Amino acid sequence: MNLNFLDFEQPIAELEAKIEELRYVSTDKDINISDEIARLQIKSQELTRSIFTNLTAWQVSQLARHPQRPYLLDYIPRIFTHFEELHGDRMFGDDPAMVGGLARLEGRPVVVIGQQKGRDLKEKLQRNFGMPRPEGYRKAMRLMNMAERFHLPLLTFIDTPGAYPGVDAEERGQSEAIARNLYIMSTLRTPIICTVIGEGGSGGALAIGVGDRICMLEYSTYSVISPEGCASILWKNADKASEAAEAMNMTSQRLKELELIDTIIPEPLGGAHRDLDTTTKNLSSALLEHLTFLDKVSMEDLLQMRYQRLMKVGYFEET
Amino acid sequence: MSWFEKLLPSRIRTDGKKTKHTVPEGLWNKCPVCQTVLYRAELERNFQVCPKCSHHLRLSARQRLESFLDPEPREELGINLAPQDRLKFRDSKKYKDRLLHAQKATGEKDALVAFKGQVLGLPLVACAFEFEFMGGSMGAVVGERFVRATNTAIDHHLPLVCFTASGGARMQEALLALMQMAKTSAALNRLNQHRLPFISVLTDPTMGGVSASLAMLGDINIAEPNALIGFAGPRVIEQTVRETLPEGFQRSEFLLKHGVVDIIVDRREMRQKMVSLLTILTRQPPPENLGLSRLTHQVTAENNQ
Repeated sequence: MNLNFLDFEQPIAELEAKIEELRYVSTDKDINISDEIARLQIKSQELTRSIFTNLTAWQVSQLARHPQRPYLLDYIPRIFTHFEELHGDRMFGDDPAMVGGLARLEGRPVVVIGQQKGRDLKEKLQRNFGMPRPEGYRKAMRLMNMAERFHLPLLTFIDTPGAYPGVDAEERGQSEAIARNLYIMSTLRTPIICTVIGEGGSGGALAIGVGDRICMLEYSTYSVISPEGCASILWKNADKASEAAEAMNMTSQRLKELELIDTIIPEPLGGAHRDLDTTTKNLSSALLEHLTFLDKVSMEDLLQMRYQRLMKVGYFEET
Repeated sequence: MSWFEKLLPSRIRTDGKKTKHTVPEGLWNKCPVCQTVLYRAELERNFQVCPKCSHHLRLSARQRLESFLDPEPREELGINLAPQDRLKFRDSKKYKDRLLHAQKATGEKDALVAFKGQVLGLPLVACAFEFEFMGGSMGAVVGERFVRATNTAIDHHLPLVCFTASGGARMQEALLALMQMAKTSAALNRLNQHRLPFISVLTDPTMGGVSASLAMLGDINIAEPNALIGFAGPRVIEQTVRETLPEGFQRSEFLLKHGVVDIIVDRREMRQKMVSLLTILTRQPPPENLGLSRLTHQVTAENNQ
């Protein structure tokens, strides 16, 4: 079993392994089996397509947290040029779980903010698995204010299991740090585009998620709590995570139907991790498209639209 | 039922049922901290604060506003709003059934109650979370009522006060509930643009999404003594960091020490304190000069002794 593949990806993994094996054989013995390889490759694509057309919410939530899934720092050098990472909240410290800085998108100056998980164990620990502490949110806030001051569009990228639940985080006011960002973003005088690129976990995600356009990569998720957390609270059993994932409507498709997000950015067959270049291309063209549109909107209209968008969230009966 | 209650003839016992459902049945209550047995009527007169150890017992939203606001004038806000199960959410129970059960148990339609009224003659808008309604969780109705309370404050140029008691966002409304954090915070920003004060009173318990939005955004954050206040629940933190949490962690006094709340105020002094703060923030004469002495609220007299 290949640990870099999820359980439902295993048939694909096996087929790919077979193709690799054949390639090895073919170079070795000069026998022409390229037909066979081509046939298997088509089969592999068909298999992937059939698996990926009927993904359950639980499978999507696994893809969103796939060990191979691209993180923000994988995208930044591919989408932006002149990226200058900026550090620190000027109050307590610098949080590696939250990355931010100045960059150019097709030459255009922007401010970039987002959570960063770690790839290997060492980086995971350093980045605290993408769970920011208050200083991370306050660094983000500092960059938001900078974006407003210098009229730079703000692009945020969400990928976090949630805000860090730790003693030090509570001591330094985790709640206040998140609340303050929600407050500030609601009236920040610059266009804001938020994109969920992996896991949109609860308040820790929303704290950089209030904007004029909310996008999601196709196989990312956005929810009020992790499926495991929801299952252990409501079902009193963490094994019910797949049911919880379904009930919470956390996939891009469902959230688009609920009009909570504007755009689903398509991922290549098999998910973002299978073809980073295509994902990057889709991501940056979506960002550019939204940015070009938002440019035409006056600041007063933009803020009014952002406010109205927030006010209409939620369903209730009124008699 | 305690042995004493068993001794009471049944017709005396049933008398209790006519009063508020949120008040525990029976004539006697035990303070959960000092274990003193307290006469319920006395406890009620004392704002549900134990007269022996000053422990603040939980209050229902209506009890809270009942004791906070002057009896007249009062206007309840957003009464015609009721929750809707758009997602058809179902865990071990249907959300719809949970709602019906909570509505029956609390007599409220949802977990926030809001009023336009007065405190010691000072007009304001006040709202309170009903913790007994699905853990005071914030869904669309809570968010909408909060926004309407805020808008009423803006329309009438009044300060806003909110008493929070909540476990956070309501999971059964999923991301729609999470978004209420942004909605309420945006409304408070608008209140701020009109230079109207918002005083947030954090009561036991204020956690999760409610703590990480409206509750922390007060111009002044007040906590009731010994209330549990934080983002992540103590059990979650314990599981994450794998160590036992320090004594008093996430309690009001801890938050005061760490600079998260401004003041800890005893519930019995809340009205006076609120008026004193709000008259300064709105640059009005001190309460004693405001002609606010038609303060005939029963408990006020007691507290002034």
